[in-house]
Amino acid sequence: MNIIYAPWPWYISGPLIAFVMFLLLMVGKSFGMSSNLRTLCTICGAGNTSDFFKFDWKAQKWNLVVVFGAIIGGFIGAHFLSNDLAIAIHPDTIETLNTLGFESAGTSYLPTELFDVGVFSNLKGLLILAIGGLLVGFGARYAGGCTSGHAISGLSNLQWPSLIAVLGFFIGGLTMIHLIFPLIF
Amino acid sequence: MFKSEAASWFRIYEMFRFESFHMYGIIGSTVVLGVLIVQSIKRFKVRSFYGEPIVFTPKAKSVSRYLFGGIIFGLGWALAGACPGPMFTLVGAGFTPILVVIVASIFGTFLYGIVKNKLPH
Repeated sequence: MNIIYAPWPWYISGPLIAFVMFLLLMVGKSFGMSSNLRTLCTICGAGNTSDFFKFDWKAQKWNLVVVFGAIIGGFIGAHFLSNDLAIAIHPDTIETLNTLGFESAGTSYLPTELFDVGVFSNLKGLLILAIGGLLVGFGARYAGGCTSGHAISGLSNLQWPSLIAVLGFFIGGLTMIHLIFPLIF
Repeated sequence: MFKSEAASWFRIYEMFRFESFHMYGIIGSTVVLGVLIVQSIKRFKVRSFYGEPIVFTPKAKSVSRYLFGGIIFGLGWALAGACPGPMFTLVGAGFTPILVVIVASIFGTFLYGIVKNKLPH
């Protein structure tokens, strides 16, 4: 049982994700999470402001079911299948995070500095979450996909555009962590 | 996603510092298996559970949209520490501040829809 309660190694979760992609292909769909953000825009009535949001969102209902599954999975994983949520990241990573002011590094699942309810009264933390989300949503649609659509579905289908997008993900991520983090934390 | 820690901000940070194999192992093993799955479906003309052919739509050829879009996405991925799948996993896990990230990402998608025609694709 301990195997289930402990964090799952990459060679378990990687194949599981591939299996999800396989199942979606077998029901005639494709694996891509960020499309749901566009669907949610359309449901909220964004079709009135841009043609980009004028599409039959009901045809995308199955993808919202995947989102629902991810929520339930997170609930079960966190509440029933885990006894210690601390993440054993590399000691050097912990040390760097501590110097940046992230005291919770190595002791929690997410940095409490950003994901504890206390952040709702912390303007800087809220701005970080909001700007991060904004960039993710904008970038994913501009690139035509996110980690699931490009890095997983696209690369699996040996698509050059997806490789360019993944390269972009890393240019952006490395820039943020090595050049911008020292400025904001 | 939750149990493999791929939904953890810390793991994303660590990945971009190249200090652990964990995230590369997840993405790498998924892609290796994914390539095998997709290539076998194509070679053996596997049909879906409903008996229809499985079609793969190739991505439109371009560099700028994938590169620029990718960079913007990467900046946000590293900052918020979550991409569009794990975001929802974290809602289920009970981290309410992730809702700020989700609402903002929906708004980001909306902004893209508005300025789309002015951007190089």
